[in-house]
Amino acid sequence: MALFKDKRTDLEKQEGFKFGLEQGLTLTSVILLAVIVVIPVAMIILNTFWDADGHLDLATFWNVIVRSDNLKAIRNTVFISFSATIGCALIGVFFAWLLGRSDIPAKGLMRTLFSIPFMIPPFLGAMCWDLMFSGRGGYINKLLMSLFSLESPPIEINSIGGIIFVEIIYFFSFVYLQVISSLERMDPTLEESARIAGANQMYVIRKITLPLMIPSISAGVLLVLISTLSHYGVPSILGFSQNIYTLPTKIVERMYAANGSFEGIREATALSILLVVIVAIGLVVQRAVLNVGRYDIIKGKSMRPTLIKLRGARIPLFIISLVFLAFVVIVPLVVLVLVSFLKAYGLPIIRENFSVVNYVKVFSQKSVIQAIKNSLFLSVSAGVICLFLGVMVAYVVYKVKPRGRGLIEMLAVLPYSLPGTVLSIGVILAWSGKIFGIKLYNTIWIILVAYCARYLSYTLKSSASALQQVHYSLEEASRSCGATKMRALLDITLPLIRPAMVSGFFMVFLPAMRELTTSVLLYGPKSRTLGVQIYQLRDNGYMCQASALAAVTIVIIIVSNKIVEFITKDRKGV
Amino acid sequence: MDQIVLKNVKKTFTTKALGTVTAVENINLNIKEGECFSILGPSGCGKTTTLRMIAGFEDLSEGEIYLGGKPVSIKEKGLYVPPENRGLGMVFQAFAVWPHMNIFDNVAFPLKVQKRPKDEIESRVKSALKSVSLDGMEKVFPGDLSGGQQQRIALARAIVVNPKVMLLDEPLSNLDPKLRENMRFEIKALQKKYNFTIIFVTHDQSEAMALSDRMLVMDMGKMVQIDTPTNLYNHPATKFVHDFLGQSNFTNVVEKDGKIYLEGDDKHPLPVKAPTDRKGEMLMATRPNTIEINHNDGFEGKIIKRIFLTDLIEYLVDIKGQVIRVQTPHRNMFAANDTCYLKFPSPMWYEREDEKAAAERAKRMLI
Repeated sequence: MALFKDKRTDLEKQEGFKFGLEQGLTLTSVILLAVIVVIPVAMIILNTFWDADGHLDLATFWNVIVRSDNLKAIRNTVFISFSATIGCALIGVFFAWLLGRSDIPAKGLMRTLFSIPFMIPPFLGAMCWDLMFSGRGGYINKLLMSLFSLESPPIEINSIGGIIFVEIIYFFSFVYLQVISSLERMDPTLEESARIAGANQMYVIRKITLPLMIPSISAGVLLVLISTLSHYGVPSILGFSQNIYTLPTKIVERMYAANGSFEGIREATALSILLVVIVAIGLVVQRAVLNVGRYDIIKGKSMRPTLIKLRGARIPLFIISLVFLAFVVIVPLVVLVLVSFLKAYGLPIIRENFSVVNYVKVFSQKSVIQAIKNSLFLSVSAGVICLFLGVMVAYVVYKVKPRGRGLIEMLAVLPYSLPGTVLSIGVILAWSGKIFGIKLYNTIWIILVAYCARYLSYTLKSSASALQQVHYSLEEASRSCGATKMRALLDITLPLIRPAMVSGFFMVFLPAMRELTTSVLLYGPKSRTLGVQIYQLRDNGYMCQASALAAVTIVIIIVSNKIVEFITKDRKGV
Repeated sequence: MDQIVLKNVKKTFTTKALGTVTAVENINLNIKEGECFSILGPSGCGKTTTLRMIAGFEDLSEGEIYLGGKPVSIKEKGLYVPPENRGLGMVFQAFAVWPHMNIFDNVAFPLKVQKRPKDEIESRVKSALKSVSLDGMEKVFPGDLSGGQQQRIALARAIVVNPKVMLLDEPLSNLDPKLRENMRFEIKALQKKYNFTIIFVTHDQSEAMALSDRMLVMDMGKMVQIDTPTNLYNHPATKFVHDFLGQSNFTNVVEKDGKIYLEGDDKHPLPVKAPTDRKGEMLMATRPNTIEINHNDGFEGKIIKRIFLTDLIEYLVDIKGQVIRVQTPHRNMFAANDTCYLKFPSPMWYEREDEKAAAERAKRMLI
């Protein structure tokens, strides 16, 4: 119990050491974190560097790294991710400024449209783009070829450039959302005082607005960087046909090829470690490039921020935005829906070829219904478990404050920057019977364990920031009224952070519904998720059925996002 | 010469919740060179909007603005000079000191924009920092400083270009009271040294009175009264101004045959001279510290309560059912329930309350 000893105050020493609520919560958090985070990570390291007989073996690791196809995957991963990150930063900042600061028309509509790329799972987005621009088969390519009588398809989306492009489209909202929210909360007089000082609009943007946005740009870039480095969906959909591999897709390919053999898995774990190292390097680089302190730019009286008049550029910029939105949001979805109504993939898009047969077929398949049920079950249970776990860990870290709380917090947020594929391999290694004979592989439970590890940091962050806002005097007041610590927690603290808990649940539920990266390695015959099901339909050549299921999924996601928005808006201040 | 001229300035906003609201209307101002001019009023009265139109942050809906004789905004002609070309200095309520620049870079910013030579920038920043007592702190970042110091940076940044006109948008209201008083003197001293014209916007009447040569009181987007602080305090044109510029008693009275009676009483005329320009029902406005209270001479009242205000003593006095506040330096003259006599040397007379005006004001607070 050395963990608790040093943080005791003199007062508590007088009371004598007691194993009470706080110690119980701390211990439970530590054990649970060990199970869902420490063991899988340890298993990956063990498997990479020690062979089946328990001898240290670095040769395998080295051999895997220097193999030419793996080196190529490393190069692709880094190139795609860095290009996509830069693209996301440019596009995200530009549109955030345009919608947050300028007098561009139809802002409400544009904001709604801009929130859509954030909701659409990138791998479904990649599917849409594949339908439009995959070589000679892509519908828009065909259209362009016949319109301009071209010999070859004008755009090939199944390429590194295509992967970068699609990732930019579906990840730029990370930057956009961060920047627009801090632009909106920024004290407008910071810019106005520069105007008064004689600076023109462009100068103010360059010298004042952009530098002040650096912290939020940095936060958004961090998210993009982590996501794109470890992203599986887009490169797998757009890259496999052209033999373009990134580390995550290579890892999955190795896992499938290994077919359970120990040596094969070791190759995958070696790549996993490599991927983790690259993510870590990426984070270091990001910090070095965008190293900034936190500014307090939100103060003063709230005033309508003065919108910058675009004057002559207003209409051209408006048209550019609309074209961008049309291309990025509307056209892909329309093509997806059109294809989902085609009798067979490849038929021209004309009325005679339309039918609802794909929808009928998809929803009469048992496996599809099962996948929907699985995803619902997984999302709800992962949401609930992460919710309680997150609140517990946050409470331990920020209220109990045991010695080593930094380590506890680090363990809880570690899976956040751990690529989903890597996490899955760790979970497979840990729960295939090696530890206490617990064998979860091929069941839905192993997916649940992975989801809990993966999404714990989401709820932890939201409840931690809420907990930090609960002033300790509120709990103390209830103690002075005679409540025990437990009573104070249940009656005062938890009700106060309830809004954060509710939104925390949905922060897990929504991404879990559309998850692919983790479950693609973990699913068994009866535990396919919705993402895996769509992916497999497409992989098996049922392009139109996959489109139908994808269209339905996207509708469900957008609708549930709107519901969540409504609920959480209503609950504010509960 | 008039440094700043506003002619028939009007500004309307359109919001979804309230529709079109007139923020300010019919503003006509002539502010002289070197004058310290305050615009005073409650929140929502349009004072900040007026200032922001002078600065160029808001377009006009109607009217004209001239700075130093040159037009900067003329709605009719579509003339609009952007803020950066108006050559003004401005200090904001929230300081608006840039957190990503150190003190030197903050103050040097306006000079760098003008592309001044390096040594000139250095010496001018130095002297500006000296005049706000921040010399030697060039390398410090504003995040580490107190509100008072941050406001000094903002002041230094505004004076470094020697502006002809200085706009102050409630620059003292984020500071604590003691500091606020000091800053008032510093602003005055800076004005003397650099000789600029000040337009000072505030909702704090004592601040405005201490600083300004002339003040404008605004209410609900309209100009109510312009005068020197003393005249405004002693001769408020409306009940609103009387109320806003100091402590006030408003007593419902009725004029009958040249005599003034308390409402609901027609036997005991008040010992005051009736106004010549008003008849019938009206309001009598008095300042608590001008009323004379004694044991035998004047209008009879009963002490309800005695309140100790350190250097003054305040009595709440009941006169025929209406309560009136009286402040006097004499201590312990009366106790609760004592009978006392009041004299009102210089009351002002106004119209009775208007309910509609109050509702309109509440609506404007939402803008």
